[in-house]
Amino acid sequence: MARSDVQLMLDVKAGDEQSFALLLQRYRSPLVNFLYRMVRNREQAEDLAQEVFIRVYRARADYVPSAKFTTWLFRIATNLALNSLRDTRHQRTEISLDAPVTADADDREERTLDVADKHPDIEQHLVEEARKAMIKHAIDKLPEKQRVAVLLHKYQELDYGEIAKILSCSESALKSLLFRAYETLRVELAPLVAKG
Amino acid sequence: MMSCWRMEKQMLPYVDGRLKVSEQREVEAHLADCAACRLRVNEFRAVSGLLDELPQIEPSGAFDARVRARVAAEPVKQSWWAAFAPSPRAALAASMLLLATIWIGSRPAPKMPGESQNAAVNPANIDPNDLPVLENYDILANFEPLTDLPQPVQGDDSDEVDGNQAM
Repeated sequence: MARSDVQLMLDVKAGDEQSFALLLQRYRSPLVNFLYRMVRNREQAEDLAQEVFIRVYRARADYVPSAKFTTWLFRIATNLALNSLRDTRHQRTEISLDAPVTADADDREERTLDVADKHPDIEQHLVEEARKAMIKHAIDKLPEKQRVAVLLHKYQELDYGEIAKILSCSESALKSLLFRAYETLRVELAPLVAKG
Repeated sequence: MMSCWRMEKQMLPYVDGRLKVSEQREVEAHLADCAACRLRVNEFRAVSGLLDELPQIEPSGAFDARVRARVAAEPVKQSWWAAFAPSPRAALAASMLLLATIWIGSRPAPKMPGESQNAAVNPANIDPNDLPVLENYDILANFEPLTDLPQPVQGDDSDEVDGNQAM
């Protein structure tokens, strides 16, 4: 039977390095994906994900299982992502929120990985590309806190209580936040929603 | 019946299927009578479906190796209590110091010339024969003309030695 996250972390605390490797294996992909959707840059997302794991490792001696491991993990990741966005905001070229949707390097990578082989028909391929770019753009446009809530809710499937703790708000406030985020997405994706 | 305003917070949990049975019944009762909320629920379902279409990315092949390298580079963290853990050298030094202390403490005190075995500090134990010597010492110690003498070259220690010899 697979050991729980908390048990693995307690084993890491006791000096078992192999348990840390298991946690790394379990959460590297969710963390990199979450951070990638936050900072919109793959390389930076991997650097931040590494930093999350290092912070977990450094904190092992003081670890007390007072909350779910994922709450702690994604709280670290969220703080790092928000700090990184704040720190690099002035360095970024000013990207207008109304800028036309264009495929960047990472978009092209996703396209290569997930679409090209499945859709040999080039026209269909392009339609799907545009559709994905639109969805990605709609998520990117969300205010940072709403984006964190949507990503943790939709892709990490954390429960409302966990996300509320990560964002330091009440569950009721979180539900309102998510409602506003979905409202924005509904409007942004209206052409696709209508087709669906 | 639930209001549209209250429905807002329940809408997404309903779409996710994360409501309790009683809450779900309440929401469905509202939806049966409210076309606007019904439409909104359907649109939220569509949005949720669209979000599923975004592909996941995989961490690069070197990701694990980089994390492991950084973990390996982390300094070994010791608790403050560990600083008191005895090392072989410290234990040897402490033992030597303890033995030396015991050895010095157990040695008999060196006898001064003319000091009797029963000499004591208590004035009641002072031999009456020593009284003239003590009085002379007291007079010499407070004899002002002696303070005018030039200081000896050797330093303060020699003063004491000289004083003792004078006695």
